Amino acid sequence: MSSKRVPDQKDISGCAIAGILCESGRRITGEMIIRAITPMRDRSNGLGGGFAAYGIYPQYADQYALHILYDHPRGKQEAEELLSRRCIVHADETVPTRPVEAIRSGPILHRYFVSIKPQELKANYDMTEDDILVRLVMGINADIDGAFVFSSGKNMGVFKGVGYPEDIGRFFRLDEYEAYLWTAHGRFPTNTTGWWGGAHPFGLLDWSVVHNGEISSYGINRRYLANFGYHCTLQTDTEVVTYLFDLLVRKHGLSFEAACMAMAPPFWNQIDRMSPERRDVARAIRAVYGGALLNGPFSVLVGHSRGMVGFNDRIKLRPMVAARKDDMFFIASEEGAIREVCPHPDSVQHAEGGVPIVGKLRNGRGWGPESAV
Amino acid sequence: MKRIVAKEEFCLGCRLCEIHCLVQHSQSKQIIKVFRSERGTIVPGCHVEQSGLVSFAIQCRHCDEAPCIEACMTGAMHRDPDTGAVLCDQDKCVGCWMCIMVCPVGAILRGSAKQVASKCDLCLGRDTPACVANCPNEALRYEECDT
Amino acid sequence: MRKWLVQPEFAVERDPDKCIQCQVCVRQCANDVHTYDPQEECVLSDSRTCVACHRCATLCPTGAISIRRSLLDFRPNANWTDGRIRDLYKQAESGGVLLSGMGNDQPFPVYWDRMLLNASQVTNPSIDPLREPMELLTHLGRKPDSVRVTPLDGSGRLATRLDPQLELKVPIMFSAMSYGSISYHASISLARAAKEVGTYGNTGEGGLHKDIRPYGENMIVQVASGRFGVDVDYLNAAAAVEIKIGQGAKPGIGGHLPGEKVDAAISATRMIPQGTDALSPAPHHDIYSIEDLRQLIYAIKEATRYAKPVSVKIAAVHNVAAIASGIVRAGADIVAIDGYRGGTGAAPTMIRNHVGIPIEFALAAVDSRLRAEGIRNQASIVVAGGFRCSADVVKAIALGADAVYIGTAALVAMGCHLCQKCYTGKCNWGIATQDPYLTKRLNPEVATRRLVNLLRGWAHEIKEMMGGMGINAIESLRGNREHLRGVGLTDRELRILDIKAAGE
Repeated sequence: MSSKRVPDQKDISGCAIAGILCESGRRITGEMIIRAITPMRDRSNGLGGGFAAYGIYPQYADQYALHILYDHPRGKQEAEELLSRRCIVHADETVPTRPVEAIRSGPILHRYFVSIKPQELKANYDMTEDDILVRLVMGINADIDGAFVFSSGKNMGVFKGVGYPEDIGRFFRLDEYEAYLWTAHGRFPTNTTGWWGGAHPFGLLDWSVVHNGEISSYGINRRYLANFGYHCTLQTDTEVVTYLFDLLVRKHGLSFEAACMAMAPPFWNQIDRMSPERRDVARAIRAVYGGALLNGPFSVLVGHSRGMVGFNDRIKLRPMVAARKDDMFFIASEEGAIREVCPHPDSVQHAEGGVPIVGKLRNGRGWGPESAV
Repeated sequence: MKRIVAKEEFCLGCRLCEIHCLVQHSQSKQIIKVFRSERGTIVPGCHVEQSGLVSFAIQCRHCDEAPCIEACMTGAMHRDPDTGAVLCDQDKCVGCWMCIMVCPVGAILRGSAKQVASKCDLCLGRDTPACVANCPNEALRYEECDT
Repeated sequence: MRKWLVQPEFAVERDPDKCIQCQVCVRQCANDVHTYDPQEECVLSDSRTCVACHRCATLCPTGAISIRRSLLDFRPNANWTDGRIRDLYKQAESGGVLLSGMGNDQPFPVYWDRMLLNASQVTNPSIDPLREPMELLTHLGRKPDSVRVTPLDGSGRLATRLDPQLELKVPIMFSAMSYGSISYHASISLARAAKEVGTYGNTGEGGLHKDIRPYGENMIVQVASGRFGVDVDYLNAAAAVEIKIGQGAKPGIGGHLPGEKVDAAISATRMIPQGTDALSPAPHHDIYSIEDLRQLIYAIKEATRYAKPVSVKIAAVHNVAAIASGIVRAGADIVAIDGYRGGTGAAPTMIRNHVGIPIEFALAAVDSRLRAEGIRNQASIVVAGGFRCSADVVKAIALGADAVYIGTAALVAMGCHLCQKCYTGKCNWGIATQDPYLTKRLNPEVATRRLVNLLRGWAHEIKEMMGGMGINAIESLRGNREHLRGVGLTDRELRILDIKAAGE
């Protein structure tokens, strides 16, 4: 937990989100995503920008890539002690950056490629390797002062900080990485000082979430997740979306469609008009997953190793546009952002409230059930 | 035709219907003034019959075949062609009280000051008769009903 | 012997300029306060027996009657208040236990009045309930941790079997009020209103009158310590069964129906002799520990073929969180908690006023504890005890309740004036009495309409408040303590309620 952070309760609206997926698995540099997010500059105020990239560490594809932020060296030391106790650290290094005038020097950013020690696995025989890693990440965030885990997935990473996204992208040298999926976010918080950890995306395992909006149900989403061992340490509402996807899709085995139905459900009067089987499903999901319902305006873009999912709140209070060209799939807050990098898409689609838009890798790998949509 | 129907299971025996009928048919229409000065001169068109737990208000039934109209010597008892209500023309009534004797319901009373008959006139000119509107327990209804 | 020390509590004043000697007051007062003197030709009033039920004043056509507090003022004394002194006189003259009706009337703080709600502005649009859907539909019952849908091709079928649920169109139900403590007319009005609105009423421990059986789908039947009227048909007649362990007005003791109120019909419904006091035992004599409760819960589930949710109602006492946790693990589908402001037809005044804890704290503690233990989804929480308005309901749901029971508010909607004399059986409004002359006064058509109006008005207000917070589904309000702020609460209280102070 960072000691210098300014707790902000709300991720105030007006953000920019974008995502580019090569469904064939072809990897591209970060240059395209940076170009896509740049025209949406007015949606941010320079206090937060970030990217998630998938497929960037093929040489460590089977290890967890932990991107960790440290406010001071002591936090780094404590975290590394914990890591070496629980994990085999195959490699670690400072995340490479280049000086960019707009980015003030920030905290220490380090990355580790780890796997869980066999004796840890044996001692926690009722938990999967992923569960153990989640617990480790939650522990670092909550208990180690000045340390926060940005991302903890395999063959992916989150790069974020205080600054406009295009500047952050250059700062982290994203043009030197190659990924099949890029997501990006620009932030407009209303606090006067931003905090590196509060920028989007929020990552856990191979989930990354960028979000534009304000979750008015945050208070209960957070408490619902605590029931299942997820502890929100950032007081920024986007955190709950990441954990909800991990819970509903990875742990409970729901399809993306069912998970989105839990988070942005149809109205009861729509449910009444459904066929009997679908009505039973909708009713059960609403009754059981009331704590997962996300209320308030939002556009959410979730990245994972097999693709990305974008969806809006049930009364469509935020924009989201998707487009396709050849093997490329785009999602963004504005059509202009897509056309900046793809002037003539084959098809363009505007998201409907509550209905997810899904892009998938054609030969998808990674855990979780096959998507239903 | 719309008539006043009593629901005896809800009648409290409070007699507010009698009071408001008097006020409605008074000169001043102000309740305190009515009871101070006009009380002797008018008689309510409805009265409450009570025996033990059972009570209900009785008004003229405005019968389709009205015995009082038959019995009236002077033609004072007549039917209003528009509303179907049975009314007593106070100028023609001589106070013979045959109507009181033949009324099967006992709804006609002796008028006090002028010795003429007094009965319910369905509060002509009001959407809802005064007794119905002021019953605290909705024990009187104004609804379509055959007699 | 005349009880000299007991002085009248209220003064009945008649304005001679307005009184028209119509005698409506004489006919309506069940306590014989007003009489007509035919010789003097005027109405006289004897304040000694007035209970301030306002029946006479309400029906007086000229508004000539006012009811004031006491002919006699005591010297102001913050410690020895009027009420305390009078109670002493009563006890000195009678040697008995002080009895009261309705809920705790003492000036303990009302914590609902120390919590305020949020509204959205600028960054999050508020939602207009008149033009957009605003969903209050609530399901009460046990919910699994997760749901399985197979196959996953978009037209999936539900593979998880859900436990039985109650479906409420509004998150408000009518609290348990036994037929016996209230009249037949009041009972049937509550049942009809529950059906019309699409929610539930509760029979209390008075058994289920045959005329209310047709409303069974909108009723919850209660199994209390006296087991009045309980047989297998009774259990299967309604939508859910509630085991009453305690109630907020009298934690630790059982129900009390004075013999004056046990007439032939009550006697038949409860299966007890006419005229006898119906004193329920303090504990259920087959529940002396939590495992016994589990046995009873499952006995009822077996008897109802697992088709109905089983609720357990407890009073809010000091370790209510631990008790609630035990109850959930014992198999209850719903936990109903009644705070110390809960009403009753009759309770010893000392117990009513000094035993139990506020529902605000009980609710916060139980909801937090169940979540901490990871079992919050296994039972719904319903709270009761002095909910006066829709804002109280919204605050309760924000603290974590699934739904709210209203008792006193429903009675007031039917005409109750909170004179607290329910145990005498002389309720002038026809609510808490069996005297047929008095029960006539409660026209079920009128009472049902008033109850439906109450729930409709509150439902609309709740929608407005939710819309103001930028929420359009009640699931997002439930347990969302972020939308509450405290004013005038100590640090400790804020921590127990787990809400922030206004300004934070």
